[in-house]
Amino acid sequence: MVGLVLEGLGARYGKRVVLSGVDTGLLSGGGMTAVIGPNAAGKSTLFKRIAGLISGPGVVHLCDTAEGKDTICYMPQDTGANAVLTVYESVLLASKQGSGWKVQDSELHEIDRILAALKIDDLAFRSLGELSGGQRQLVSIAQALVRKPEILLMDELTSALDLFRQVEVLGFMKDLAARSNMAVMIALHDLNHALRYCDNTIVIANGTMIASGPTSDVITQELLRDVYRVDARIENCSQGRPVIIVDGSLT
Amino acid sequence: MVPVADRISGAEGHGRYRALVLRRLVLIGGLCVALFLSVAVDMALGPANYALSDVFRALFQPAAVSDQLRVIIWDIRMPIALMAVTVGASLSVAGAQMQTILANPLASPFTLGISAAAGFGAALALVGGIAVFPVATQFMVPVNAFLMAMLAALFIHFASTMRGVTVETIVLLGIALVFTFNALLALLQYLASEQALAAVVFWTMGSLTKATWPKVCITTAVLAVALPLFARRAWALTALRLGEDKAASFGINVRRLRLETMMMVSLLAAIPVSFVGTIGFVGLVGPHIARMLVGEDQRFFLPASVICGALLLSATSVVSKTLIPGAVLPIGIITALVGVPFFFALIFTHRRRSW
Repeated sequence: MVGLVLEGLGARYGKRVVLSGVDTGLLSGGGMTAVIGPNAAGKSTLFKRIAGLISGPGVVHLCDTAEGKDTICYMPQDTGANAVLTVYESVLLASKQGSGWKVQDSELHEIDRILAALKIDDLAFRSLGELSGGQRQLVSIAQALVRKPEILLMDELTSALDLFRQVEVLGFMKDLAARSNMAVMIALHDLNHALRYCDNTIVIANGTMIASGPTSDVITQELLRDVYRVDARIENCSQGRPVIIVDGSLT
Repeated sequence: MVPVADRISGAEGHGRYRALVLRRLVLIGGLCVALFLSVAVDMALGPANYALSDVFRALFQPAAVSDQLRVIIWDIRMPIALMAVTVGASLSVAGAQMQTILANPLASPFTLGISAAAGFGAALALVGGIAVFPVATQFMVPVNAFLMAMLAALFIHFASTMRGVTVETIVLLGIALVFTFNALLALLQYLASEQALAAVVFWTMGSLTKATWPKVCITTAVLAVALPLFARRAWALTALRLGEDKAASFGINVRRLRLETMMMVSLLAAIPVSFVGTIGFVGLVGPHIARMLVGEDQRFFLPASVICGALLLSATSVVSKTLIPGAVLPIGIITALVGVPFFFALIFTHRRRSW
């Protein structure tokens, strides 16, 4: 089964250690893993380290991934709003890296399919600069999907999306991960989304891993108090799903 | 991975994309035709004006025209006309790639001090006979210009990679370089002999009149080296416009791409400047016009920048001969006068974002 295991993973910018001690069990394909933590905790750094964009100690073990492919794909927060490119071109660009100038019909059909699946085909020939933050985020997802990764790292996936789009996109990603046996890691701020959509959760705070494991085991009242400094309860809703109810912040 | 095929709405973007590509190819073809006509008009104009039909006959049937016409077209006017093309193309491509790798719409060899550095390097050779790198005397001017331009380009490049450095900071650094090298150039002018001073003044005005076939060949050779290198990196350079993180996430070695591009840019900016002097504006505006016409996919943006720069300088060469009958004004003086109205017209009539 496709998946990855992080062992003693850390990251450095120059000599400065910015992340350390990230160990996980098998984060397997077909499931989603949430990476949570306060602002500037090191979530993006973890993704960059896994994608090999920055160096540091530790190892990323890949399981059963195909060789010579875009195995790991990192989708950063940065969305390039200034580029004078259409949505269609920006997705094509993602799929054509490292290949020739000629664009095959099959490549264009794949872009059509992905834009339609994300319901942004009506934006295909709009310039990136004309899009809202949420629309650009959907384009980023399309850019990631067109590269057909086996492990997908999505930074702040839903931060600019409205509630309807958040639920739609997370549902879509969970469905896609299950159908395509892709391992998806998502940095999230909304912990209720983590509880609802993610099988595993990694908690990062101050550049260190605090916890890792099945989401329902990791996100606890104690974690919310210690890491997020909020007074909160986790209760089951009428549909039997756990939800977080925040009562206030701790001073 | 299983393709995302379950939620197809039936939309067919690929047809529209093919149509967009065709429209861009037609635009680039149109620009080529305009450039060809501009070069022909440039060769027709001079102390003795010829009809375009005479120029075409001299070009395509040289045996069928008089010796005088053949010599004037082939040996005198064609090097100047082609120098305008190659210099305009080089400066425009240099500006296009600087704007791309620095993510800065104000970047160009002129605004960031690279042309000024090249000018200073050339003046060192012209005034003091000082070689930055030991080479034969006849190569001292271009080599000096290139090395100084490269130093300035590398300074800008490394400054741009420092943490906390913004787009505005880069522009300010460029302005500082312009002032520094212009001050050093003025100092050399102050110390120069009368003969050397004339040569340096030629620089600051920019002129195509001293174009020769060897100079045309050298600038063409630089383009012939640079363009295939940029073309091979077309997807990667386009991806840079989506942001450094996004480009890196596509597997691009951003640091290396920027460094290699900056080295080529310094060559493209320095060599033409070493031959024709300081010509501003083309390197800034050529790429913007190209961007407005074909967008930033480098497969179209690169050739469009080449042709827009070449066309801009070729048209300027035509105007420089016609503005005052009987006189050829230095091209550096009137580049902006020709380009600015056209640029303004494009900005005010263009509805899409141009940066």
